[in-house]
Amino acid sequence: MWEAIAANRRRSLLLITLMGLILLTFGACLGMFAAVQAGGGQEAVSPDAVLAGGAFGFLAALLLWVALWLTAVFQGDRILLRAAGAREMHGLDDSRLGNVVDEMTIAAQLPQKPKVYLVEDPSPNAFAVGRKPENAAVAVTSGLLRLLNRDELQGVVAHEIAHIHNLDVRFMTMAAVLVAGVELMSRSVLRGFAYGGAGRRTGGSRKEGGVPLLAIVVVFAIVAPVAVRLLYLACSRWREYLADACAARFTRYPDGLASALEKISVDTSSLGSEKTSGALAPLYIINPLEKLSLAGLFATHPPTQNRILILRGMGGRAGYVDYEAALRKVEGQKLRLAALEAAARADQSVEARGPSAKPEPREKAIERSQKVNDLLDRFANYLILPCACGVRIKVPPDLKRDEITCSRCDRVHVIPHAKQVQEAIAGVAALGQVAASGKTGEAKAGSLEYERREEGWEAFRCECGQTIQLGPDFPLDHTVCVACNRRIDLKARRERNDSETVVNASS
Amino acid sequence: MATLLLATLVFGGILLVLVIWFVVMYNGLVALRNMVKNAWAQIDVQLKRRHDLIPNLVETVKGYAAHEKDTLENVTRARAAAVAANGVGEQSQAEQTLSGALGRLMLVVEAYPDLKANQNFLALQEELTSTENKIGFARQAYNDSVMQFNTKIQTVPANIVAGMFQFSAEPFFEVQEAAVREAPKVSFS
Repeated sequence: MWEAIAANRRRSLLLITLMGLILLTFGACLGMFAAVQAGGGQEAVSPDAVLAGGAFGFLAALLLWVALWLTAVFQGDRILLRAAGAREMHGLDDSRLGNVVDEMTIAAQLPQKPKVYLVEDPSPNAFAVGRKPENAAVAVTSGLLRLLNRDELQGVVAHEIAHIHNLDVRFMTMAAVLVAGVELMSRSVLRGFAYGGAGRRTGGSRKEGGVPLLAIVVVFAIVAPVAVRLLYLACSRWREYLADACAARFTRYPDGLASALEKISVDTSSLGSEKTSGALAPLYIINPLEKLSLAGLFATHPPTQNRILILRGMGGRAGYVDYEAALRKVEGQKLRLAALEAAARADQSVEARGPSAKPEPREKAIERSQKVNDLLDRFANYLILPCACGVRIKVPPDLKRDEITCSRCDRVHVIPHAKQVQEAIAGVAALGQVAASGKTGEAKAGSLEYERREEGWEAFRCECGQTIQLGPDFPLDHTVCVACNRRIDLKARRERNDSETVVNASS
Repeated sequence: MATLLLATLVFGGILLVLVIWFVVMYNGLVALRNMVKNAWAQIDVQLKRRHDLIPNLVETVKGYAAHEKDTLENVTRARAAAVAANGVGEQSQAEQTLSGALGRLMLVVEAYPDLKANQNFLALQEELTSTENKIGFARQAYNDSVMQFNTKIQTVPANIVAGMFQFSAEPFFEVQEAAVREAPKVSFS
């Protein structure tokens, strides 16, 4: 990847030089024009004075450039972060965001973990600042944290860290400074003409031919800012593609970033929220001010659709060669990214990983665990008695008692038994004694019955002690005890009163 | 006389260019090799963190699942072996074994719902999982640097310099089982 950075550096130097030349030439022209005006017209003024004026203009432009650059370098990060309303987050060591930033730091082999900032903003977005990887910062909005799952968050953080890793911030800051300088000069020139031009012309200097120089200056004033801005925007778009490629490589999962971009681009909760200033807009992952329109030459970011198409079109691979191939398919041959090509040459195609497993919420895990345990207990012939307080009492098969006390609320539960048909007339009082008494001789001969009390799972004891389970959909009206082979009739649930049951004749 | 001077100058110029080229190439190789070493150090940091988490984990599990002695002993033994290993090959092997033992321990733990609800255990499990993720990424970064370095010393312009100064190919952090030979899986549970 360092070859991509080296290629980037060469190209950046070229572009900055070009833009700087435009600025300085503009300054020189302005200086010469001012000299001509001051000297009273093109014929009257001496060439030395013009040259001196040109040199002066050149120096003034240079000074402007240096001043803006120094401000950007020393205060730029802080200004940007404060303008966005970002708050540094401490103690992130084991949170999801902290872990994701850690992982991406490792994957990008940054020398130090960047500081993490949070912006309270419901619209999802993220940006990175930092001219040197040693002292960089990543900012995310609270809306982003709520919207994305872990894989998508990882993709976005990887994209931002890729900007830091590729020294994009340094380059874009320098370019932005140049654009600002040219625009400043152009605006002052045009404004100067608007206010003072009419007055000047009446002085007769027009006749003396300041016109060619005037024309040059005016053309510059109109064209130069447009030219540098187009260059700036083109660079910005190239760098975004490269950052996307790096993000895919670091996470080994381009679909994560792709689905994050999909989610962010349809989110309409903030169309140009007040917090996003124009200066910051290019650094965000999706320019919040350009969401609705502005594709093509005037966009800071490539069209989001294209970015998503490329990432999804990598065919299950995650290397730079794969990104380049996908880029070719979407953008055709006209877009050449030197840095991406350099990276692709030094890299091989690597396989992408699968999506991460979703974490199971605690309640679900506990519920699942309980269900499994219940099932196992039922297989082991435990009798499950639900108590009103919520506890499910599990009575082991060899417990010889008839009553059991709930451990939480101390309610006494009677262990349900199948009733002897003959004894049913005796009523509730006989309930406990039948099974416990163990009158085996008589008991074996008669049939038993059991009245269902609930809709769902139910369990009761046969006289022999065997636990019998009934499921909620049990279709028959009788069952057979597996231990003693007695038939037990099942009565449907009815109102609790002391009326006697129907005597069932059976053998 | 003039031609001799010219020839000497040209020759000197070519020599100078060659020397500079060599120097640049050598520096590049050194930088790449240091990247590899640094990437290994990153893995080491995460591996050590995992080693440090394990005794605590074993103690917590012992409190609830005392008769799973075999599994716990396996883990302890694997950890000791991993701490004692050195060199990339040995360490890869030992760490693989340790990952296997930990995986089996987590399977065993599934049968103890009380343990799974214990706060201490949950915190340890989260730390362990996040460490595993970071190991995965560190391993990926290491393998990437190794690939870059190996490619560089094997391709034509730089392999001359590499041969002269004995830059040798670095080993990958490989996994032995075919099933695990894949890009890092990020997991939570």
